[in-house]
Amino acid sequence: MNERHVDLEILRYDPETDEEPAFQTYRVPCQEDWVVLDAVNYVKDVLDRTLSYRWSCHMAVCGSCGMMINGEPMLSCKAFVRDMPDRIRIEPLANFPIERDLVVVTDDFMDKLASVKPYLIPREEKAIEDGAHVQTPAQLKKFKQYTLCINCTLCYAACPQYAHDQNFTGPAALALAHRYNLDSQDVGRGAREDVVASNAGIWECSFVGACSDVCPHEVDPAGAIQQTKIASTVDYFMGLLTPERDR
Amino acid sequence: MEFVQYHPTGLPGTGILITEGSRGEGGILVNKDGYRYLQDYGLGPPDPWPRNKAMELGPRDRLSQAFWHENQKGRTIDTPHGDVVHLDLRHLGEKRIDECLPMIRDLATSYVGVDPVHAPIPVRPVVHYTMGGIDTDIDAKTRIEGLFAAGECACVSINGANRLGSNSLTELLVFGARAGLGAARLAEAEVSHADEAAIREQAAAGDRVGRLFRNTGGGESVAGLRREMNATMESGAGIYRTEESLSRSCAVMNDIRRRYADVVLEDKSNVYNTDLIQALELDAMIDIAGAVIVSALARRESRGAHQRLDHERRDDEAYLKHSLAHYVAGEDPTIDYRDVVITRSEPGERVYGGAHK
Amino acid sequence: MSRRPYRRAVSTTSWWLARPRYIRYMAREVSCVFIGAYTAVVVVGLVRLSDGAAAWGAFLESLQAPVSVAFHLLALAFALYHTVTWFNVTPKAMPVQFGEAQLPGGVIIGAHYTGWALVSALVLFLAGV
Repeated sequence: MNERHVDLEILRYDPETDEEPAFQTYRVPCQEDWVVLDAVNYVKDVLDRTLSYRWSCHMAVCGSCGMMINGEPMLSCKAFVRDMPDRIRIEPLANFPIERDLVVVTDDFMDKLASVKPYLIPREEKAIEDGAHVQTPAQLKKFKQYTLCINCTLCYAACPQYAHDQNFTGPAALALAHRYNLDSQDVGRGAREDVVASNAGIWECSFVGACSDVCPHEVDPAGAIQQTKIASTVDYFMGLLTPERDR
Repeated sequence: MEFVQYHPTGLPGTGILITEGSRGEGGILVNKDGYRYLQDYGLGPPDPWPRNKAMELGPRDRLSQAFWHENQKGRTIDTPHGDVVHLDLRHLGEKRIDECLPMIRDLATSYVGVDPVHAPIPVRPVVHYTMGGIDTDIDAKTRIEGLFAAGECACVSINGANRLGSNSLTELLVFGARAGLGAARLAEAEVSHADEAAIREQAAAGDRVGRLFRNTGGGESVAGLRREMNATMESGAGIYRTEESLSRSCAVMNDIRRRYADVVLEDKSNVYNTDLIQALELDAMIDIAGAVIVSALARRESRGAHQRLDHERRDDEAYLKHSLAHYVAGEDPTIDYRDVVITRSEPGERVYGGAHK
Repeated sequence: MSRRPYRRAVSTTSWWLARPRYIRYMAREVSCVFIGAYTAVVVVGLVRLSDGAAAWGAFLESLQAPVSVAFHLLALAFALYHTVTWFNVTPKAMPVQFGEAQLPGGVIIGAHYTGWALVSALVLFLAGV
């Protein structure tokens, strides 16, 4: 197995001893098929037990190992060392406060996520005896892409709008709101409107499109937000034409 | 705790799962000669189309065991990440693969550099799921008042000795909800369960953490001990076990337990200290490993995911029972048994492949 | 426990230089300045036209100055850049689904170009070209 030495420059920060974060470099012997997470795990297991970071599944499903890798938000379990230069700069996800080393505080994202009511709001509860909920493949297709979000927050780290205004609801939360709005079983669009169609919601987005570029599951939050803008604009004008219309 | 499921088709090295769905769509498993070896293990005939409970759609335990036998016969393929067989999807065609198995194509291409449209995917059995766990009742209540458990850590006994794919969803959605509702109801009742024993336990847990922080000698590393534990559990308590292999692993684990006392934390921070977390996890895993080994030693039969080469038959007379491992500080756990409650499905002979038609 | 989350400062002036995609985004946004300036030139032209033939002639003359030509080329480049990048993302903003099938993005983009061409032709027709 080919071995190649790579220098990892990792941003370190221990709130108990450090005034501010600083880079520390580790030389790591990497194997051909390693991802950056393998290299970081090598640092943790062999070179420095004090390094803190999050990870779990190692297969791009859990969404916990997001890091800035050479300035780009990526899942470190899906970032292959073979595609990288010999010096790899690793930082915690941008736009979030650093808790420690590569661990960021995601409370703000969690609040935003909850604020868009990311769950089915059915017209009425259906008793188990009344049988299954029916949805056609065409109805599923409308929103399926947006169900693939793993809440990894890479899109927040890529979004300059969120960087400059933390009130912005942000890409993943708005994409999830769109997912439920498009679901044939859901009638919660009105209930989500206050958050989604507000100045801090879709109208804060200026369509940079970075969120969709970095999404590891091709959810395309930027597209979702533009679609919501159009739907919301149509709603507005329809509201002017038919003020009594129940939304 | 002796029932640990191997998923038959994981990627070598990373252990990333290649879903059963890829076999459901018609993927086939072949050995180094391109032969569908599962027909040699009572799972045939090798139909060209997928059939429930036959060949590639046989149960996970049987498929993993068949791999072990093929490996013994030298008919697997040697790779830098261990021996593999091939999961061949090529005959499904690009369109079908992209439509039904896009994630599999992505995973295989990224992690082993194989595009399943053009080449077979190397796969091998990988440790997947612990059927046992914290003993709970149907409301996710444990034996400790106020403690609920759900998911893989729990054992509500819906899996038996060989779990079916996707049953973890039931564990999470059904019993997770029950655990949550039960805990909420208990909290609403506002009865304090902090008895003296619980308070003592809490203090002991605090001491354990404090001791880890203060430890300076020895210099055992969490990562090193964890690697040794993985190796001995794989070799001694893996797909097939014997009295001898289990006893050997038991001795190794006891040694690891002793050496754990010399684990030294490099990280003394109070904030997001993953060195501490990993040390505490290792502590718990050593207990779990002990429970797996001792339960497996005591079960002198073969059943589902627990296969003993020295006791190959299933013995319902003696072992149609749940093993209950009880923690004993500093020693091997003690084992006792509870009868299995049979409801709708009577235990029968497990027959797969052609005979099932 | 002594948590002290560290918030990194974000530059308000140079952030967009950090990644090529931010630069591309800024180029698209900045195009509005050139399009706005061009609109101002057209308005000035209209005023000059209402001032009579001499004023109009002088205006046309001034358009031929090298600076003016350079400005118009630049404005054209930005307008095209904005148009192309904007049309390219229309399949994301306005996806069209028939049953289970998705209308290919190329068709949606093509429809926008066609619409653009038709409107331009109409304007040219009304202008008597």
